[in-house]
Amino acid sequence: MNVGLFIPCYVNQFYPNAAKATLQLLQKSGVNVIYPVNQTCCGQPMANSGFEHLSKGCNDLFIENFSAFDYIVGPSASCILHIKDHLHSDKDEQQAAIIRTKVYELVEFLTDVIKIEKLDAFFPHKVGLHHSCHGLRGLYLSQMSELNAPPFSKPQYLLNMVKGLEQIKLDRLDECCGFGGTFCVAEEAVSVKMGKDRVTDHSKNGAEYITSSDLSCLMHLEGILHRNKSKVKVIHIAEILNAAT
Amino acid sequence: MSQTKTKDHAALAGAFIKDEERVDWHDGALWYIREKRDIAAKQIPEWEQLREAASMIKSNVISNLHEYLLQFEANLKKNGVTVHWADSAEEHNEIVYSILKAKEINQMVKSKSMLTEECHLNEYLEERGIEVINSDLGEYIQQIDNEPPSHIVLPCIHKRKEEIGELFHEHLGTEKGLSDPTLLTRVARKHLRNIFLTRRGALTGVNFAVAETGEYVVCTNEGNADMGAHLSEVQIASMGLEKIIPQKKHLGIFLRLLARSATGQPITIYSSHYKKPRKGQEMHLILVDAGRTRQLGRKDFRDSLKCIKCGSCMNTCPVYRKSGGLSYHNTISGPIGAILAPNLDMKRHADLPFASTLCGSCSNVCPVKINIHEQLYKWRQVIVKEGYAANTKALGMKTMAWTLSSPGKFTKAGRAGRWFLQNVPFVVNNKFNPWYKQRDMPEGPKESFAEWFIKNENKKP
Amino acid sequence: MTTREKILGAVLKNQPPAIALPDTSMFKGDSIDLVQKYMDVFKKIGGSSFLVGDIAAVKILITENFDTAKRIVTTLPELSDNFELISDTVDPHSYENIELAIIKAHFSVAENGAVWLTEEVMGQRIIPYICQHLAVIVHAESIVPTLHEAYEKIGPGDYGFGGFIGGPSKTADIEQALVLGAHGPLSMTVFIIK
Repeated sequence: MNVGLFIPCYVNQFYPNAAKATLQLLQKSGVNVIYPVNQTCCGQPMANSGFEHLSKGCNDLFIENFSAFDYIVGPSASCILHIKDHLHSDKDEQQAAIIRTKVYELVEFLTDVIKIEKLDAFFPHKVGLHHSCHGLRGLYLSQMSELNAPPFSKPQYLLNMVKGLEQIKLDRLDECCGFGGTFCVAEEAVSVKMGKDRVTDHSKNGAEYITSSDLSCLMHLEGILHRNKSKVKVIHIAEILNAAT
Repeated sequence: MSQTKTKDHAALAGAFIKDEERVDWHDGALWYIREKRDIAAKQIPEWEQLREAASMIKSNVISNLHEYLLQFEANLKKNGVTVHWADSAEEHNEIVYSILKAKEINQMVKSKSMLTEECHLNEYLEERGIEVINSDLGEYIQQIDNEPPSHIVLPCIHKRKEEIGELFHEHLGTEKGLSDPTLLTRVARKHLRNIFLTRRGALTGVNFAVAETGEYVVCTNEGNADMGAHLSEVQIASMGLEKIIPQKKHLGIFLRLLARSATGQPITIYSSHYKKPRKGQEMHLILVDAGRTRQLGRKDFRDSLKCIKCGSCMNTCPVYRKSGGLSYHNTISGPIGAILAPNLDMKRHADLPFASTLCGSCSNVCPVKINIHEQLYKWRQVIVKEGYAANTKALGMKTMAWTLSSPGKFTKAGRAGRWFLQNVPFVVNNKFNPWYKQRDMPEGPKESFAEWFIKNENKKP
Repeated sequence: MTTREKILGAVLKNQPPAIALPDTSMFKGDSIDLVQKYMDVFKKIGGSSFLVGDIAAVKILITENFDTAKRIVTTLPELSDNFELISDTVDPHSYENIELAIIKAHFSVAENGAVWLTEEVMGQRIIPYICQHLAVIVHAESIVPTLHEAYEKIGPGDYGFGGFIGGPSKTADIEQALVLGAHGPLSMTVFIIK
């Protein structure tokens, strides 16, 4: 199985450890992982701001880099969802359509394709799981609280395999953190208030770490935590699942 | 009270959020209602199938609206109701005025109708010497405060009881400092009872209009629609074209969904089915377009017309809860408002589809499964294309697209950004950077993942 | 062109290709323990209900629970010895001062506690809304599980006005504090006759 590793632009620049952990998890699972070094971005920042027509360059570059693989895996629910929903090409729409079926976020790749049953990981901490909206309502990584439907959670399933880890229970299971792309600066007051409220929910319920499939959410929450000199830390789920025993 | 908008959602929200204690209270109140909805929904095993059925019925309605309107009109006439058609808000208001003037009525009592709020009916009538009193308690409170409703179901959810007490002291002569909700409600009951008993004209909204039988249903908890209607000589119902449902039995589905979605109640206390006038009474119904046919023609946005005005999208939306309905500067606020308003006035409401993180919660509580968050995304594309995005944003976006579509430029930009964060943080960490106002920036690591990979992994066989 | 023609023309032009109505025949409730279900739901809403054997029992409960010195009206001939019969010809405004109205419902709905009334059993349309307190008599075997069965029973309905009434009037408009008794009755009592 050839897997193309897709590392989102800001993860590449600001959170290389999460990218490294993703690479290592995939390598451990036995697949042949390749990282195309000429990749940049999925185009979401422009598209979500109403400038979808400007993301064509990113789309074509993505198709060029990733057509050759059986699967494309990335540690970002929102970027993966964006590719799934919005990857189109004037040059090669057929290839774009194929890629849209092959692209996976890391957690769902591990549970649905690799069908992982155990992890050799140790993370003796209290952890709060933040369901990123794109991961939850877009990729169905877990059941959302709005629906009258049977509960399930792929990230929780994986976290349950990590030794020493205790998951805390939140007051509001899946409220949005307020990052929202350019929303985080265009509507700064609301964005920060939403982030503060999420952080409060985690910290009052005992979280030492907040984890998620989306570093955009975590970057936003971390910014608030640091500013308020909180002891609570953020960590991408790949780094927990890859945490050495 | 027609607003000349000077501030956009971000500015209005910013002002609202300054009072953090109030925001927490407003947010908590609405979240509690969302939780009540969840409890009610989970008690119905077939809840998701009901939503699907309601969604499909409404899709059938908007795709057969011409036929249903004709059928509804014919049945209304058979029932003895006078039917009027209004193309615009202005025409609707003129019709109401002429109906009242014909009977020399200069005082009218009104139950909840967001449509008449949209049309600014009250101001129109007041300017022409007809007094209108809003009889729904929440709307009455907003009326005496000269403020529009902030929520379509809970008009004064943003007001504290002390503020309401102050308004009652000023307008109804209650004791200063009285803020007990029961006592205030009793005062309103007495005052409005006298209004009901003396008003010859009553106007209601329409929750559901049954094409098959020519009757319409009005849902309230207070009983104010009925108190006004059954004592009136002239009863007027104002209705948006899209309120039609095809068959009587469909009411079973919609009434099971409506109150549970709105407040978690199994049904509103009163679900009144108006069909024929009382002996000696006149009944009128006004079918109003006011932008609805235009929305009907928009392929990506016509499903917004399926809305049954339950307000559940507002209750679940974290942006709405933390910014308040009035920051949306439109009669219908919140997520549904943001996809209806740009159709009414794209320039004025260009900011609304951006007042969202696209989290998708709204679409998943909506009883008729409107894809609200997808329509918000699509409106953004339209608004930018029509030229309503701020110029600075467009330039920023073009720069971003230029950088991100080229690996070389991207690598250089990334390295530069990290270097600045590491070595001269104040270039980025200053008051011109809105991120930095209340959040720290991420740290800039020494090397990117790509740089590390090329150095360490690329060499491996 | 009239406004009507203009609007209908615009609708015809803009409406999308027709989508069929869904099958809704699968929606139904179960008929287990309907009386108990009804009474539990109605209590939660803030109403009171009594399970009685006959109208005579109703008469006694009314005298025990309401101030018979005040104006009490009814549509039921069985109660006309004790209480005023409602006239359908007088001015509705004249019922402004009724303390209690005792009327009969066609049936009630277990899932939401509501009774179904039409003008025919209200006496006058205003009666169930203008009284300070409302009492409704309903037969146990007429209770249906959900609104689906309710609308089957109602059918197209040959009435000028009908309504579901699901409890005492209420509002929570002031800081979400629930207050029973908004503009309609302050209380609602249902007598279920076995």
